[in-house]
Amino acid sequence: MELKDKLISSFFAFEEQVDVNNDVHQLRTKAIKDFETIGFPRKKEEDWKYTSLNSILKEDYSLFPKKESAIDYNDVKKYFIHDIDTYCIVFIDGIYSSQLSNTTHDKIDACLMSSALHSPKYKAIIDNYFDKITPKDSGLNALNTAFSKEGAFINIPKNTMADRPIQILNFSTGSEAALMVQPRNLIVVGENSHVQIIERHQSLTENPVLTNSVTEIYAEKRAQLDYYKIQNDKGSASLIDSTYVEQKQESFCSVHTFSFGGKLVRNNLQFFQRGERIDSTMKGITITEGKQHIDHNTLVHHIEPNCESHQDYKGIYGDKSTGVFNGKVLVEKEAQKTNAFQSNNNILVSDKATINSKPQLEIFADDVKCSHGCTIGQLDEEAMFYLKTRGIPAKEARALLMYAFANNVLDSVKIPEIKQRINKLIANKLNVNLGFDL
Amino acid sequence: MLKIKNLHASVEGKEILKGINLEINAGEVHAIMGPNGSGKSTLASVIAGKEEYEQTKGEIILEDEEISELEADERAHKGVFMSFQYPVEIPGVSVTNFMKTAINETRKAQGLEDMPAKEMLKKIREKSELLEIDRKFLSRSLNEGFSGGEKKRNEIFQMAMLEPKLSILDETDSGLDIDALRIVSNGVNKLRSKDNAVVVITHYQRLLDYIVPDHVHVLLDGRIVRSGGKELAHKLEEQGYDWIKEEVKVEG
Repeated sequence: MELKDKLISSFFAFEEQVDVNNDVHQLRTKAIKDFETIGFPRKKEEDWKYTSLNSILKEDYSLFPKKESAIDYNDVKKYFIHDIDTYCIVFIDGIYSSQLSNTTHDKIDACLMSSALHSPKYKAIIDNYFDKITPKDSGLNALNTAFSKEGAFINIPKNTMADRPIQILNFSTGSEAALMVQPRNLIVVGENSHVQIIERHQSLTENPVLTNSVTEIYAEKRAQLDYYKIQNDKGSASLIDSTYVEQKQESFCSVHTFSFGGKLVRNNLQFFQRGERIDSTMKGITITEGKQHIDHNTLVHHIEPNCESHQDYKGIYGDKSTGVFNGKVLVEKEAQKTNAFQSNNNILVSDKATINSKPQLEIFADDVKCSHGCTIGQLDEEAMFYLKTRGIPAKEARALLMYAFANNVLDSVKIPEIKQRINKLIANKLNVNLGFDL
Repeated sequence: MLKIKNLHASVEGKEILKGINLEINAGEVHAIMGPNGSGKSTLASVIAGKEEYEQTKGEIILEDEEISELEADERAHKGVFMSFQYPVEIPGVSVTNFMKTAINETRKAQGLEDMPAKEMLKKIREKSELLEIDRKFLSRSLNEGFSGGEKKRNEIFQMAMLEPKLSILDETDSGLDIDALRIVSNGVNKLRSKDNAVVVITHYQRLLDYIVPDHVHVLLDGRIVRSGGKELAHKLEEQGYDWIKEEVKVEG
């Protein structure tokens, strides 16, 4: 059976696991119909021109893991940012793990979507925010909404600083031959509130995993949110991450995406600016090898005047890997005095690697500052020569130059431990020991 | 220490060096002078092992070993150092960390263990004092935002740290004010010993007032056309290169 048909027919089984009388279930039943109509994206769609899902949709995925798997913390500790205090919301094969999690309801809520969906206490939040900004023309969003049941629920009430960063970790254990999971996260940052979030998907075996994740983020007036996505999964794991951010006036949101691992990774990241003097920042470092395929598809929708957006994506593509950067900036007629900057710089380390970089600016206002730049190049030979004359062999020299190329993206990372972790992942990815920690 | 015999080299198919012969002994300082486009920087890069420059003929012998086939990093491990006219910026990697990597990669190639951290720190302190380099400077990203003078001083600091047998200083004086020139040449002079040699490549005589050469060679159109003592440099400073060009024409 095709995956699409399998998903549609398994919806009935899914309904037995959830409360069908909940309001959210009406969204689910509509969404499964939408998915039936729209289906998975195809290459003839403009936004999917360079990314084909065919190779990952042909697996025979289990949709509901048969048993709950436990993991020993020591086996997965390295995937946590464990050197600082954090709240953790951890899922194993899509199921909440109370043993590995450290949730809270003290001043802020960092807990589970499943409990938020059913608790009267959160009904107003769910009614106000759940599934409000996910574009409805996407089959993948519809699919996620149809099976939405579990994920992280983070609610920072107004005038509150979250006292520690919150980690969202999704482990897959390989207890199924192949597994598809659909996490659904909802994050609401109230007026004047601050929070930092770290998200990671990690499979623990070589069994194929497909994650179709949807995250909605709402930043109210003057809210500040920093979101860090660490994508360093196994070569058998694929991720479609769709993150939608709606910002109100004077709010600041940044999303950093560090893409080093995974077979196929597609990041849909969209910002909607609903207020003045908003800052939206998205940055990324991508380093690939083998036959990896990593696709960043971004959108900033400038709707109101006096707002800013900053995009800076750096990519280093090796072997036969492929990268895509498709960054769209849409400035509405009313959005005067917009400052929108976009830059996408790429290095192809191998002759067989490919990058498709496509900046798209659609500007309807006349008093704006918008810039975009895209470069694709190789490592500078003169720089290589310089390093080699200092006794540094070609491999290490190449790694140093790649690190130097991507490094500035880390300047805006506000948690030093994350910076260290990313540096370590970069050193591992580049497979060198430089005798010092990057 | 270094013997160059009938060295020919081409860049993108164009012959730049047309038969260079040069012998440099330990303890000596040689200056190579010449007008723009005579092949000075090419000669430096070919000795240091730049891949894009094709050595079409001749030999480069360092302490009885022919090194023409070696990669630039392997030549560095054998004691060749080149100071660059335009050093490369490496954002995110501090001067200190860069030196650790360079020194330990060289030690690794020589079959030695990494230099102990304490010894490394001591060496860094000594050598940075020699070049009047501030401690804060060492934690800055390599060459990023450095002034022209800071870059050159940092090049000589690296030379001091790596303790090469043969140092080739390519246009080290360009872009230096008089104070920086004094510090840089002072550093080079203090690093001179009976066991190492220095090749100074320069357009002007100015640097040679500070780093006094034992031999001066004039490079013209890819060939060494005159060699002499330091007085040759003075003559060039006063009279330019035209007289040599004329003499060479007559000889030719």
